[in-house]
Amino acid sequence: MENECDACSCGGRHAFDDARGASSRVCSSSAWRDDGGRSGRIHSVESFGTVDGPGVRFVVFMQGCPLRCAYCHNPDTWDMRGGSCVEVDELMADFERNAAFYRTGGITVSGGEPLMQAAFVHRLFAAAHRREQGRVHTCLDTSGFGFSGAKSAVIGAMLDECDLVLLDVKHPDPDACERLTGAPLRSMLAFGDELARRGVATVIRHVVVPGSTDSEESCERLGRLIAPWRNVVGLELLPYHRMGVHKYAEAGIAYPLEDVAAMDATRLPALRAAVARGVRAARASSS
Amino acid sequence: MDQAWEGFVGGTWQGEVDVRDFIQRNYTPYEGDESFLAGPTPRTERLWNKVLSLFKEERARGGVLNMDTDVVTGITAHEPGYIDREDETIVGLQTDEPLKRALHVNGGIRIAVQACEQHGYRVDPAIVDTYATKRKTHNAGVFDAYTPEMRACRSAHIITGLPDGYGRGRIIGDYRRVALYGVDFLIRDKEAQKASTPKVMTEGNIRDREELSEQIRALRQLIELGRQYGFDIARPARNTQEAIQWMYLGYLAAVKEQNGAAMSMGRTSSFIDVYAERDLARGVFSEEQIQEFVDHFVMKLRMVKFARTPEYQSLFSGDPQWVTEAIGGMGVDGRTLVTKTAFRYLHTLETMGTSPEPNLTVLWSTSLPAAFKEFCAKTSIASSSIQYENDDLMRVYHGDDYAIACCVSSMRIGKEMQFFGARANLAKCLLYAINGGVDEVTGVQVGPKYRPAEGDVLDYDDVMEKYLAMMEWLAGVYVNSLNIIHYMHDKYCYEALQMALHDKHVHRWFATGIAGLSVVADSLSAIKYATVRPVRNEAGVVVDFEIDGTFPAYGNDDDRVDSIAHDVVHRFMEFIRMNDTYRNSVPTTSVLTITSNVVYGKKTGATPDGRAAGVPFAPGANPMHHRDTRGAVASLASVSKLPFRDAQDGISNTFSIVPAALGKDDAFVDGFDWTAVEDDISIHMRACGACCDDAAAPDTAIDGR
Repeated sequence: MENECDACSCGGRHAFDDARGASSRVCSSSAWRDDGGRSGRIHSVESFGTVDGPGVRFVVFMQGCPLRCAYCHNPDTWDMRGGSCVEVDELMADFERNAAFYRTGGITVSGGEPLMQAAFVHRLFAAAHRREQGRVHTCLDTSGFGFSGAKSAVIGAMLDECDLVLLDVKHPDPDACERLTGAPLRSMLAFGDELARRGVATVIRHVVVPGSTDSEESCERLGRLIAPWRNVVGLELLPYHRMGVHKYAEAGIAYPLEDVAAMDATRLPALRAAVARGVRAARASSS
Repeated sequence: MDQAWEGFVGGTWQGEVDVRDFIQRNYTPYEGDESFLAGPTPRTERLWNKVLSLFKEERARGGVLNMDTDVVTGITAHEPGYIDREDETIVGLQTDEPLKRALHVNGGIRIAVQACEQHGYRVDPAIVDTYATKRKTHNAGVFDAYTPEMRACRSAHIITGLPDGYGRGRIIGDYRRVALYGVDFLIRDKEAQKASTPKVMTEGNIRDREELSEQIRALRQLIELGRQYGFDIARPARNTQEAIQWMYLGYLAAVKEQNGAAMSMGRTSSFIDVYAERDLARGVFSEEQIQEFVDHFVMKLRMVKFARTPEYQSLFSGDPQWVTEAIGGMGVDGRTLVTKTAFRYLHTLETMGTSPEPNLTVLWSTSLPAAFKEFCAKTSIASSSIQYENDDLMRVYHGDDYAIACCVSSMRIGKEMQFFGARANLAKCLLYAINGGVDEVTGVQVGPKYRPAEGDVLDYDDVMEKYLAMMEWLAGVYVNSLNIIHYMHDKYCYEALQMALHDKHVHRWFATGIAGLSVVADSLSAIKYATVRPVRNEAGVVVDFEIDGTFPAYGNDDDRVDSIAHDVVHRFMEFIRMNDTYRNSVPTTSVLTITSNVVYGKKTGATPDGRAAGVPFAPGANPMHHRDTRGAVASLASVSKLPFRDAQDGISNTFSIVPAALGKDDAFVDGFDWTAVEDDISIHMRACGACCDDAAAPDTAIDGR
């Protein structure tokens, strides 16, 4: 049937999402449902991603996030029922059209929080790895929140197909973390431990917010926190910026960091050094 | 033969003019890095500082340092000029003083007068009288022949930028011939060509004979120009310094004779490198000396200037000359054409600092030597002054001895030239289709009185049918206007010296252009996939549109609309091809408007894609601003679907990116022993002036009335 949505069996009750391309036969308004990861709910696609993993990357931003980080610059990805539904084959077809661009890059799944749709991400990464024309590097950009016993099997399967994780450690202090994100630190650390156990190459990301995480002390503490993870291959300190503020105004949401200025990026080298100090100190005392 | 050729591998090139053959048999591909390069000499530094202070003074005086008002320019019109005779190893200026702008009148006397007046100079009244009443100009010729319909299209800006008041440019003399053969050889060759013309005096044959005579005369003047500067360029160059000097004198004669919109240099580095390698091996010159010659040569190219009106300069975003020099690329035999001199040319951006001119253009191939690629990247980061073009794409069409005229027009050197001109405003053409040839801004019937689109909702098939008919009409008026222009340019403003450095049988491209492509693609997409209701004024002219629903926008790698953009280019080109072109030139087109998209937009009413009246078009083949939502690769993918076969003269996509969006340096670390690297990369597109903007003569500067 011509108007049938391929992704969510809405039976054509919903309008098609024309902005998404000729290959898309999915509606824009159906709710995501658990169909074993056959379809996923995405916010958007960036065909020229250069900052989320190595090389030029095809970045899929998943829709839906349980966190409410105060500095979040994509509040439009929060709603679990927003965005649009796609299938793995469609994303891979979009990837293939311009595969030449991604020869030294790959596919990154970001969000939103990808762990919310781990089954879908698993299918996408598996398709990237088993691609006829050659294996594609896969990268997951996550906060680690959502890793729990109940979901460990599906997330584990996803990690089997994951070449690199960008793990965003929000705050080294449990209380401050909960205040900042609305979620407990321990759940995120559990994911970090799982990555270390599996030896998945991981880059630690950390947003430096003035007045919250921008002290050397806080950064050293972060270093001590991540020191046991020997799978960590890199660190990105991301200076807090205010580029997403207009989205709050558009959505009519109050912006929690209204009074916080953008981070002075010139302080980053010193803070990186502080993280390194923390790592070295923790490793020295444990060995 | 001459000692000039001693040590060179002989071949076809010795008996006939064949510079490519000479290069292929003699050049040394270089796969190493930049470590051999030498820094600037004290002489270079002194000279360049002088030039810098002249540039500063020029800016302080409102953009021109001095203008010639009483000598009509020509190859030998001026006494020799110098920056500092003692220090210069390569000499020659356009006039008798540095940066003094020459008086070019053959294009049009009124526009020359205006250019002077607007900078506060007054042209000698006797000269004005001569060119207004006794010696006809190109501009006067064109307006003698224009039809009322052409004038109407010109005024309505559905055809813009017709080169009826400025030099068409886009012709590259093979200046290397001057160095390799010496001018006497070239004159003998041209005399033989003239002797071999048919005996029956058809109009074409008469024109050929007259032009060959003009070319021979220009070559004799070129010898004289050399003599003025103390060189005997009748004979071939004997070393690197002479080769560069001879070549430059050829180019200098061209810019003394012509004020073309783009006066490009060619592709000279591998050629010069043959001399440099020979001199280095013989111990004639050191690396320092060779770099010095290259520096002084490039310094001269940086100083090329023309007298132009401030309007022209503001349109072109400055004072560009498009002295484009193509560097590198691959040979058809698989060897790279990168030589040490390719490095030396790019190195001028370091020895003398960054500069927009000459427009150093690297012909990029995936097969270029890695060390050269890295050097290009480093120099780009430091200077933001290198242009890159796709050799792998162009080599297929033009072989391995082509160069770039202006910004992207590729042509085989000495074998191909281009009749260039103007843009057809395809967005306005769509509105003419909807309004039955009535201009939506003025209400004047400019196009043919076809039946307008009727009813409350635009129907895709109906609009498309009307659009194709209107494009066919527009292509006809456009091509025929250009036929007049190029006929008159050949007649009254002939590029004798540049054409003397071409073969007798020249392949002529007939280069057209289009503007507003993404507006048209999105408009047709809106009509097809959404509901578009025309809003008519009291005279019944559609002046706005109401759009219900969404539609796929060009720039998102979506075939539904990208195929429309593709078809519009292809169909328009087919209509262009239906017309006879002057001198059997071969039609091509381009999608290149980089700054004038603003002006075109200003003159065009609201369009069915939701663009309001007067809003700028996207530049070149770019998607409309903010309508490409899937990132750069998807946006580029849409552009790359346009048919190069139909738009061989170039497709541009202006693309800016902030350094931070190009990736990170410090994400990956080994054993937590990282160092933060701070890079300052800025990429900026220069506006391509000559090929895209409306430099047609203002209505107040039309000769012969």
